Amino acid sequence: MTNSRLAYRSIAPALVLVPVLAVAVFVLWPLLNIFSQALSWDVISRLANNSSIRQVLWFSTWQAIASTLITLVVAFPVTYVLARFQFIGKRVLLALVTIPFVLPTVVVGAAFLAILPDSMHRSLAAILIAHTYFNFAVVVRMVGRRWEQISPLINDAASTLGASPFTIFRTVTVPTLATAIRSAASVIFLLCFTSYGVIRVLGGPTRATLEVEIYTRAIQLGDLSGAAALSLFQLVALGSVLWWWIRSSRGSTPHARIQMYATIPHTNRQRLVVYGISITTALVVALPLVMVFVRSISMGNGISLSAWRSIIGNHPTGLGTRPPLQAFWTSLQFAIATAALAGVIGLAAAGAIAYGSQRIGRLEALFMLPLATSAVTLGLGLLITFDSGITDLRSRWIMIPIAHSLVALPVVVRTMLPVIRSIPPGVRDAAATLGATPRHMWLTIDRPLMARGWITSLAFAGAISLGEFGASSFLTRSTSATLPTEIARLLARPGDLVQTQAYVLASLLIIFIAAALIAVDGLLPDRVSL
Amino acid sequence: MLEVSNISVNFGTSEFIRRLSLELATGEIVSLVGPSGSGKTTLLRAIAGLQPLKSGRISVASRDVTEVPTHQRGIGMVFQDNQLFSHMSVFDNIAYALRIQHLNKATREQRVSEMLRLIGLEGFGDRTTMQLSGGEAKRVAVARSLVAEPSVLLLDEPLTGLDGELHQRLLTDLSVLLRNRDTTVVHVTHDHNEARALSDRIVDIRSLSK
Repeated sequence: MTNSRLAYRSIAPALVLVPVLAVAVFVLWPLLNIFSQALSWDVISRLANNSSIRQVLWFSTWQAIASTLITLVVAFPVTYVLARFQFIGKRVLLALVTIPFVLPTVVVGAAFLAILPDSMHRSLAAILIAHTYFNFAVVVRMVGRRWEQISPLINDAASTLGASPFTIFRTVTVPTLATAIRSAASVIFLLCFTSYGVIRVLGGPTRATLEVEIYTRAIQLGDLSGAAALSLFQLVALGSVLWWWIRSSRGSTPHARIQMYATIPHTNRQRLVVYGISITTALVVALPLVMVFVRSISMGNGISLSAWRSIIGNHPTGLGTRPPLQAFWTSLQFAIATAALAGVIGLAAAGAIAYGSQRIGRLEALFMLPLATSAVTLGLGLLITFDSGITDLRSRWIMIPIAHSLVALPVVVRTMLPVIRSIPPGVRDAAATLGATPRHMWLTIDRPLMARGWITSLAFAGAISLGEFGASSFLTRSTSATLPTEIARLLARPGDLVQTQAYVLASLLIIFIAAALIAVDGLLPDRVSL
Repeated sequence: MLEVSNISVNFGTSEFIRRLSLELATGEIVSLVGPSGSGKTTLLRAIAGLQPLKSGRISVASRDVTEVPTHQRGIGMVFQDNQLFSHMSVFDNIAYALRIQHLNKATREQRVSEMLRLIGLEGFGDRTTMQLSGGEAKRVAVARSLVAEPSVLLLDEPLTGLDGELHQRLLTDLSVLLRNRDTTVVHVTHDHNEARALSDRIVDIRSLSK
């Protein structure tokens, strides 16, 4: 082991301290609180004998499996096109297909309320369509990143051995992509199993996932112990899937600077495939977004800007005294605070894992815990833990950015890890032979090489905060309503103006997130990791 | 056996290979030499059907294969950087073409074992390609192409990047392997000594264009 590696390794324990403390206090402790409330035989047997709970479990599972399979199939053609070809508009298309993933789930739900005929509102089809739309980007990014690294020469080699294009796809492409497909499938399953915003908007009263049931029991029925027991069950289920995901993706952490093999489409057939799939995908992705804008200027049977005027004029809705635009500024402040918090904690965690010993490397699973916990469980845990005495943080402004930072932590860590790992240790050794101390090395080698990846992770953390709905629906109060909670509140109320105002806020959120994403993708040549 | 007649290859609007012709008799081994960028690899890719022609004709055993897709040409190729299938074992890499030819399991096992013995890698069948050294990976790449018994074999700088002793040893092994078969071989190299040791004829690619 070289001296520079040893110097970096020695600071890893100090680096890991803050993220471990943050996860221990704001994730593990609340989870233990949930366990202590749920670990009662009475509660568990009451829930186990409840047929509606069994129905919720069954629905959560099978709709997640169906959503995962549909998403994989639907996203495959555009993943192929984006991974294998270089063409005009590729960057824009990539940013466009990523937008749904970073959109708040309530906005996606609202978009499909606007686009689908009334007969399909509150239907299973609407849920599956929304889940596919929402998780499209997971396949494009995770499978696409692996696909674009497959050298065309490997296909040429198979071809010279007598393999037809279909045989090459079956025997070379799919097996090479298998790990990435498994990873993407695990992530999509996790997201659909814990679906909350989409189900609350599109599910109607008869369809609930565990997440929705936890919320209903905790907030609407006041059954905290029942909610805690369901959270515990969900945690075990998600933990198993997450464990499988980490195991199946072990050793496949992509090299951020690995060679890409996208080529310009040469033949007419290739051009037809590339532009046909690209244009169709762009239209399908853009349509629901456009419909949100259209819906924001549609009142009665005509076009009206009164909802926009009332929002921009910051007038109260009549549903309370607070003006809806206040939620916009609140969300913005939370997003900035979340980016700062998650950026620092996530960077420290990723640095410790990358630089540190194997033992510290195992903590990666701990930092993925918020992903397995689900935002609703996290919100519930924080609600019951920080509710009294000296730990009464619920009413504090910082509570929501803390919750959002923990939700964003896995994404920041997974974005930064490949970036840090891709810095060849030989470069640091070269700097050391030129007289650089470990501090100099970090400042002149690591910091500039990881800066762009870090800015990307900040943008993602900010976007996650802007759209976060699960934990926020437990923790926000009327004075700290965020855009998603405000949109859900307005959508649930009758009245044309109030409903249209929800679409105005959704439009603002789309503009804001899309601008941030396009700016970040334009700035950064390296692909963003999910 | 292999006849390349007046072929031209364009990259965009520029002509990379211009009216090139080359003929090889059955079992003949020809080494193509020439400076970097003179089109040696492009010519091999064109013969294999991996690079479209602007004009000209390629035939194998009097059969015009100009429009025949790569996988139906019966022309094998060893790539400069091997291009082994990293998701398959050494055995499965070598057996790949036999599987495509739908040969039964017993025949596959017998032919792959024979090939592993010929290249001196007996007992390596279960290894992953990541566990191979540079020289071992090169032997597997050659074996993978030879096991399919192609009528024409293309070798694109097969020994580039190997150090002195290993280079010499593999050169000898490769020469024996190719001489014992009736395969027609086009071998591309920068190294005149390698060309002399391996081939019946050395041709400067620049002399082939009209």
